[in-house]
Order: sequence, then structure tokens, then C-alpha cells
Amino acid sequence: MSMKILRGRAWKFGDNISTDHIIPGRYYHLRSNLPELAKHVMEDADPEFSKKVKPGDFIVAGNNFGMGSSREHAAIVIKLAGVGAVLAKSFARIFFRNAINNGLPVLIADTDKIDDGDELEIDLEKGIVRNLTKGIEIEVQPLPEVMREILREGGLVEYIKKHGKLPVT
Amino acid sequence: MSTMTEKIFQSKLRREVSPGEFVIAPVDIVYFQDGTGPLGIRRFNEFAQGIFDTSKVHFFLDHASPTPRRELANDHRFIREFCWAKNTNLHETGEGISHQIMIEKYAKPGDIIVGADSHTCTSGALGAFATGVGSTDAAVAMATGTLWFRVPESYRIEVSGKLGSGVFSKDLILYIIGKLKADGATYKAVEFVGDTISNLSMESRFTISNMAIEMGAKVGLIPTDKETFRYLQEMRGSSSFMEITPDKDADYEKEFYFEAEDIPPGVAAPHNVDNWKPIEEVEGIRVDQVLIGTCTNGRLEDLRIAAKILKGRKRHPKVKLIVSPASQSVYLKAIEEGLIEIFIKAGALIFPPGCVACVGIHGGIPADGEVVISTQNRNFRGRMGNPEAQIYLVSPAVAAASAIKGEITDPREFL
Repeated sequence: MSMKILRGRAWKFGDNISTDHIIPGRYYHLRSNLPELAKHVMEDADPEFSKKVKPGDFIVAGNNFGMGSSREHAAIVIKLAGVGAVLAKSFARIFFRNAINNGLPVLIADTDKIDDGDELEIDLEKGIVRNLTKGIEIEVQPLPEVMREILREGGLVEYIKKHGKLPVT
Repeated sequence: MSTMTEKIFQSKLRREVSPGEFVIAPVDIVYFQDGTGPLGIRRFNEFAQGIFDTSKVHFFLDHASPTPRRELANDHRFIREFCWAKNTNLHETGEGISHQIMIEKYAKPGDIIVGADSHTCTSGALGAFATGVGSTDAAVAMATGTLWFRVPESYRIEVSGKLGSGVFSKDLILYIIGKLKADGATYKAVEFVGDTISNLSMESRFTISNMAIEMGAKVGLIPTDKETFRYLQEMRGSSSFMEITPDKDADYEKEFYFEAEDIPPGVAAPHNVDNWKPIEEVEGIRVDQVLIGTCTNGRLEDLRIAAKILKGRKRHPKVKLIVSPASQSVYLKAIEEGLIEIFIKAGALIFPPGCVACVGIHGGIPADGEVVISTQNRNFRGRMGNPEAQIYLVSPAVAAASAIKGEITDPREFL
């Protein structure tokens, strides 16, 4: 996967969005049926989200996005819903790794500069977020090189298939 | 010089390591549960030749056990067939919760353990660098016996003094999370030290390490000491394990101090684990369901405290009371000690060992508007299967006392 330029609408959420908000435990039985599971993405944060979100849109949140359970399905359903990237002031650790491992860009940035409905353009390679609605640029905290390499290949399994090893020398 | 985390990585890599460094480290144990295992197996099958060491890989059927529906039964079957074909460790329905079986039988001081479940950090109380990862990371570890890590900076949390009557390690960790908040230790290794911690039994310490993830921590370590080795001798018949303690001059990014005397019985109120309140602020709130068990507080010591309060008493007629020992070994001992009889006579429903209602798929999903108090570790909206329910996190003592009165109750009136 090349690090392309993404463009879409911001869907704004608050702090401490847990993996239970992203994909509630009551849909546990759909974990081996990911397209079906993805219909419930973000359901306990916004029940209408999966109907409203369009491919290429962004999830924009406050602090500690993805806290809680290690369920990787949370990152996968966000990607399957077509979300181009998740932006937050900070991320919970396991979710952050899971997102990168699945090729879902996660960006640490000052999301106070983004309102719900704003149009954003994101240059992943340069690490720049442009808020087109507000006409401003927002700085992104650069990812560690290890994670950039995994993201570039579209995920950890893809990385290992191509390079035959883990991305640390 | 070195924190516990640095010592563990240094002993594995046989060289100095510094916080912030990216390393590939060997893992001692890799495990999955039934919610993360199927994805892990599929990822593994995409690239792997075989399991690095079948004796070091474990699958636990604990979350949806016994299976409440067809899809989950098929997931269990998928895991079983993989374990049978690969000749790796399968822990069947009813055997217990993964983290409990890890501490009883497998985790060792100085180990690096990765589990595809966030509460893998429970084994940190034994001085193991035990951390939760996603299915893909665990699949890579299962195939290669290694994983990449960023060596985390450490926080030191010291607690000193004697815990008051009716105050348990659950009250202590809920209080600390209330102060540091849900992202207070994100990405960091936390070390719990001080005389309050060293005076706790291993069973109480596991409750603290179990909840380190609830403040975002990567691990929740407790230095090994006499009690650690007593526990290992009792459970494993051997105490010849390495010592893992921090150096006196270890570098910590932050240090926190708490006085045990300042900590009353408390709760985490809906809908966040860091929403701590002292018991007197919530006393009298109606309770519809009580759960005593889970990887946080389903050990023998927890059941003994609950049984002490429930002995000769009955649950409130409008309260559903559920008790689930965390493993078969805990269950058997609870039977031998007469605890299970006390619970049944008090009107409790006994579930086989497993995650039961904590994960929201079966085993006591609350109704709309119901108030649940539970000894579990999470109270996020929807956690127990119903976003219209309210969940309070409590110690086993608060849970038992509240079950009797039908409202949130200070356990000190029963102790």
C-alpha cells in the first residue's frame, strides 16, 4: 500500500471511546463474520454511524481512543466500514498496534481543531492534516519507523509475507 | 539503575536496554481466548509454517463458555480442531479463565508473556512482563516465538500503611485508577511497591495487576518477594524461580505515593472505570444483580470474604446473585471449604468457571435500567450486553453486603 493522500468528512467523538463502544460484546458471535460485524461499528457511541459514514471519511476523537479490550475486530470493523483514518489526541496502546497491524492509519493530532462535519485532507507520507473547512493545517505526531514500515505494507502479516521477518533490525 | 521491565528485557536480550528502544524479544508464553483465537488462527494460517514451540502456546475457551449460540459453538470447534491438529495446549470450557490458569500453572517471574486479551497483565503480580496484544501480534508470536516491543518507560506507584477494615486490594486499585484516570499510564510499565503491597497476599496482588490496563498501562508489575515464592511453592511445588525487583536507583518517568489509610471502600460508578466514588456517596442505590467472580476477583480469597458475609444470610428477594469461581481449582477448594454451600443457601446461582456475564454475551445479561454491581474490571456502557444497564465495580465484600440488602452497602456493617 502506498501512503496516499486521503480526503473525507470528519465524524467527531469524545474522550475514552472504548472497544466496547466500537464493537459491543453482544455481537461476539459475529466475530467470524466480519462484514456483518462491521454493520455495528461504533454502535454504542453513535447508533446511526454505520449508516452515515461514507468510504474515505475519518473518525476524529479526543483522548484515549480504543481503550479497553484487546479485540482486534475493533480496528478491523473501522477499516471495513471504509474509514480512511482515525485521528485522536491519544490512543490506547493495544488498539493503536492493532490498527497499524491491519493497515488502518491512526494519527495523533490536536483534534480540537476539527469539528464534526469538517472536510479533511491527509497526506500520510508527509504527516499533514489539512482542515479544508477551516483552512488550517494540523500537525501530526510522527509514527515510529517500525509502525510506518508496517503501515506501508498494509499490515503486519503483509509485511512478514513480503520481508520474511519482523520490522526491527 | 534498572526498573523491573528493563531487567526482564535485559535478561532476555543479554544486553542493556533503554526505555523508548524498539526491540525484538523472545516470548515465553503466547495465549489466545475464544474471542480472539479464531482471528489469530486465520492470521497464522496466512503466513506461518508452524508453531514455534507447541508447549508454550495456549488456547482458552473461557469467554463464550458454555457456548450460548451456534456461531460461537463453531468458533470453539475451529479452535479445538486447530489445537488438536497442531498438538498445542487447549483449555476446555469450564476449566477456568485464561489469566487465572496462567497464574496458577504457567507464568513465572522474568517471563515475557503475550496474550490476545487485555487482562493478560494479571501475571505482572508474579514479576512477569505480561501484556495484552491483538490477534495478529499473538499470531506472529505463536509462529516465530518473538515479537517487537517498544521498551516502555516506568511509573512507580508506592502505597504505604495498613488498609482499613473492609478495605481490600480492589478498593485500592479502583482508588488509584480514579486518581490517575483511564489514560493515566498509557503505554507505560507500572510498578506497584511499598509495604501495603508487600503485605498483601498473592491473590490480592493479582487484582491490582489485573486492572493495570484500566489506566492504560502495558504491564502492572509487582516485585517478587517471600510471598511470591510461597505462592509458587504452593501452586507449582517449587520456588526456584528468578527474583525480579527494581534497583533502588531505577529511573522512573513518574512516581506516585498513596497512603492506605486514605482509602475507604469504594466503587467505580457508571460508565468508566476511573469514575471512583467512596462508598458513602453511593450507599442506598438500588441493586438488581450482583456478580462475584471474574479474572479480577474470582479467587479463593475473594470467595471466602463473600462467604463470610453471606453465611447464614439470604440475598435480597429482588436481587439476582451470581457467583463464579475463576478456575476449576478455585471451584474445588471452594467446595471443600463449604463456601459453595453457603452461596447456594444464600440464594446464589453458581456458574462454572469462565468470564460469565462480564463480557456481555451470556451468563446474566441485565435488563434495561437495571443496576449491576460486580467484582469485574470494566463498567463501560454495554459491557455486560445491555447499554441501558448501569454497572458499578466493587470488591467482593461490597458485592456480598449489597446482595443481602438489595442496595449498595458498606461492607463494614457485616465484618
